Amino acid sequence: MTMDSVILKTAIRFLLPLLLLSSVFLFLRGHNEPGGGFVGGLVASGAMALYAMTYNAAAARQVVRVSPRVLIGSGLLMSLSSGLVPLFLGRPFLTGLWTSTTITGLGELHLGTPLLFDLGVFCVVTGVTLVFVFSLLEE
Amino acid sequence: MFLWLWAILIAAALAPGVNRIVGSRGGWGLAMVPAGVFVFLLKQWPLVMQQRDVSVSVNWVPALKLAISLRLDGLSLLFGLLVTGIGALVLVYAGGYLKGDDRLGRLWMFLLMFMASMLGLVLADNLLTLFIFWELTSITSYLLIGFNSDLPQSRVSALQALLVTGGGGLVLLPGLLLLGAAGGSFELSTLLNNAEAIRQHSSYVPMLLLILIGAFTKSAQFPFHFWLPNAMAAPTPVSAYLHSATMVKAGVYLIARLHPLLGGTAEWFWMISPIGAITMTMGAVLALRATDLKQILAYATISVLGTLTMLLGIGTEATLTAALAVLVAHAFYKCGLFMVAGNVDHAVHQRDIRGLGGLRSAMLGTFLAACLAGISMAGILPTFGFIAKETWYAAIEHKGEVPFLIASVLSNIGLVVAVGLVCVKPFWGSRTEVTQQAHEGGPALWGPPVVLGITGLLMGLMPTRVSELLAAGSRITTGRVVSVDLALWHGVNVTLLLSLLTLAGGIALYLQRHRLESVFTVLNRFISYGPSWVYGWLLKAVNQLARRQTALLQNGYLRFYLLTMVGLTVISVWMALGDELRGHLKPMPLDFRLHEVMLVGLILMAAVVAVRANTWLLAVGALGIVGYSVAGIFVLFGAPDLAMTQFVIETLTVLLFVMAFSRLPDFRRLSTVRTRGRDALIAIVAGGTITVLLLFAMTVRSDHPISDYYAAQSVPEAHGRNVVNVILVDFRALDTLGEITVLSIAAIGVYSLLMLRPPKHIDRADKTNDVATDSSLTPKQEGA
Repeated sequence: MTMDSVILKTAIRFLLPLLLLSSVFLFLRGHNEPGGGFVGGLVASGAMALYAMTYNAAAARQVVRVSPRVLIGSGLLMSLSSGLVPLFLGRPFLTGLWTSTTITGLGELHLGTPLLFDLGVFCVVTGVTLVFVFSLLEE
Repeated sequence: MFLWLWAILIAAALAPGVNRIVGSRGGWGLAMVPAGVFVFLLKQWPLVMQQRDVSVSVNWVPALKLAISLRLDGLSLLFGLLVTGIGALVLVYAGGYLKGDDRLGRLWMFLLMFMASMLGLVLADNLLTLFIFWELTSITSYLLIGFNSDLPQSRVSALQALLVTGGGGLVLLPGLLLLGAAGGSFELSTLLNNAEAIRQHSSYVPMLLLILIGAFTKSAQFPFHFWLPNAMAAPTPVSAYLHSATMVKAGVYLIARLHPLLGGTAEWFWMISPIGAITMTMGAVLALRATDLKQILAYATISVLGTLTMLLGIGTEATLTAALAVLVAHAFYKCGLFMVAGNVDHAVHQRDIRGLGGLRSAMLGTFLAACLAGISMAGILPTFGFIAKETWYAAIEHKGEVPFLIASVLSNIGLVVAVGLVCVKPFWGSRTEVTQQAHEGGPALWGPPVVLGITGLLMGLMPTRVSELLAAGSRITTGRVVSVDLALWHGVNVTLLLSLLTLAGGIALYLQRHRLESVFTVLNRFISYGPSWVYGWLLKAVNQLARRQTALLQNGYLRFYLLTMVGLTVISVWMALGDELRGHLKPMPLDFRLHEVMLVGLILMAAVVAVRANTWLLAVGALGIVGYSVAGIFVLFGAPDLAMTQFVIETLTVLLFVMAFSRLPDFRRLSTVRTRGRDALIAIVAGGTITVLLLFAMTVRSDHPISDYYAAQSVPEAHGRNVVNVILVDFRALDTLGEITVLSIAAIGVYSLLMLRPPKHIDRADKTNDVATDSSLTPKQEGA
């Protein structure tokens, strides 16, 4: 099921990168401002759903490049491994570990296992929604 | 000691590769691993003999006081030597048995995995550690019985063994927990100091009963014995190792191990000995009925397991020692005999003794092994089997348990006949059609049983070392220092006369065995209603119950599911709240602002439109408005994260619905006014309940809300200012991990539902009447 609309087809070309960018933006700011992996993933998959409806599922699959299955699997793996890392350091499962590095020009950068965890959430949410979308659109 | 287990497990991991690269000869190499452990165990011999036990412990879950502790004492040394020594021979034998088969690597792997589990079981010093290894032996046994997974008979037998022994394990666990609770520790060595208190404890009898059921299922005691003959569906190396020499002894081991804790009471005697005696006699009788070599051996094994149980149940110092002696003797001759049966099967592809004969010249090595094992099993001088039987008779005679003595002699007569069936019938006489082309396999096939037979002989001729080991083992089972002095010749006494009687009776019965057939035709009629029949009936009944329950609860109507879930929620809320509501519900101050009222009005209007809609698009659009307005409320009350997520979710939901339309039939109203009325009532009650619940929740606060803690700790502990996100990915990350896992499973479900192609005939039905798909896919048409 696709919509044969010139307006939508034209608009989506500009909307898709913008929406995907905003999903990344939402994901990255999530720890300090409203946002996060869950809503970021939803926005990303919403953008892809719109694209898939405008053209078709096959075209959307090409844009995503990786299969949603892989997204789900790797997302789960990322979240799980972010929990496993502290185990190796003798801390309880899923303890948040943080480190900060200074990158010239950007300033100080805080990195931690919760970021990996949230990235996993992002991937799983995107993957799951895309499975819904693609299997609904593909007869 | 952990190193030993790891070495065996690593060998298990390497086994498939060994088979691919080296082939069946790799068995000799793999056998080096258990053989090495065997040597290391022997090195501990002097320490153990001086009662200096070796023990190690690793804290597993310190918060639960769970520890993996291992201890090497006399009893575990005895079992450890059997497990590794016989295990090494079985690995070599398996290499010869499945020569050139691709699955040989898998067989080795499972055998080694089992070996590690069994070794862990006998070394365990912690009840829970013991239980874990216990279950691991059940699982590996399941894999090994079902090794020929393409045969339905194998799969059924494997499942049966797993259900019986696994079910027994489930019973065993609460028993062990009760024991641990009564004794104040899960460490066996600590529990020994509280033995008196445990026997006086109020839960002594239930604890003993539960533990015994676990042990009886594992050691194939009546009425749980039926799984063992069926387990003969396993390849013969497996039967030789698991189902005669080691795993089935685990139950006996547990009884022996717990004797100093739980034994010595009347309950102990009466709950164990009679069962053992029944099993012993029954096994011996049923062994004569069978015609398949492995079946005969399996029933004979059941008989010996019964003997061991009976001896442990009687529980005097002499019977406990005799039990260990019989156990050792049995491990050697029975393992050897299974290998003999395997060799015969390997050579002529038949195990039915009626077609066998004259194999002695064709299979000299196997014949030698059969003779050695056979005289040990029949209890003839000068083998260890003779010594074991003498100690057994003497121990019971000394206690004066005449009924048990008679049962022992009778069952031993049966075993002598079984020896005739297994060791004489196939090898003696002239060759038959089946055995015409028979020829001996390689040394890997006849070598191990010959080694076992010669060891049995040597142990009989030089029993001092074995006496030492048995004394060390008995010291553990009795809790006292025991002196064991085994000897071949004790002079002419009652025991010797009984032995002679046994032998004479056995030989006479073997020669007259055709007369038994009429007895067995009568017996067979009873056996068909035995425990095996009960098992089959139970299995069928459970399946039927599951089917009925599924038909009732999962009838495929989504509206029914919703009804159940909503209804149960309402009922449980009211049951939990009940009287507490009174006095807590106060009218709230009505100081709404105008835009809030407008938003609520919008929600109500959209909800009514959704219910009254007559096209899909209108219904879904109206629901979208409800969702957006709710998100608007979130915005007004300062929950930007929630609002944002809700907006996106609503958008996606509408999108997904629009996509789903193409698969849905036209919008129609199929429900009657009555069902709509019913649904409206349920909806109002459910909504009202949730409203009341929320109002109630706002008035009761038993403690400080946890959100204060989160808000305070968010930045210092988790480096994030967005509390919602910090809770999701840090404070309560485990919940989130569970949620995304559920989400992934939901994706699999949705995918498989959408990809499900209905069978052709339903397609045709659809065109004429689309009610079927209608009702299952669209609950909303009745009014959501």
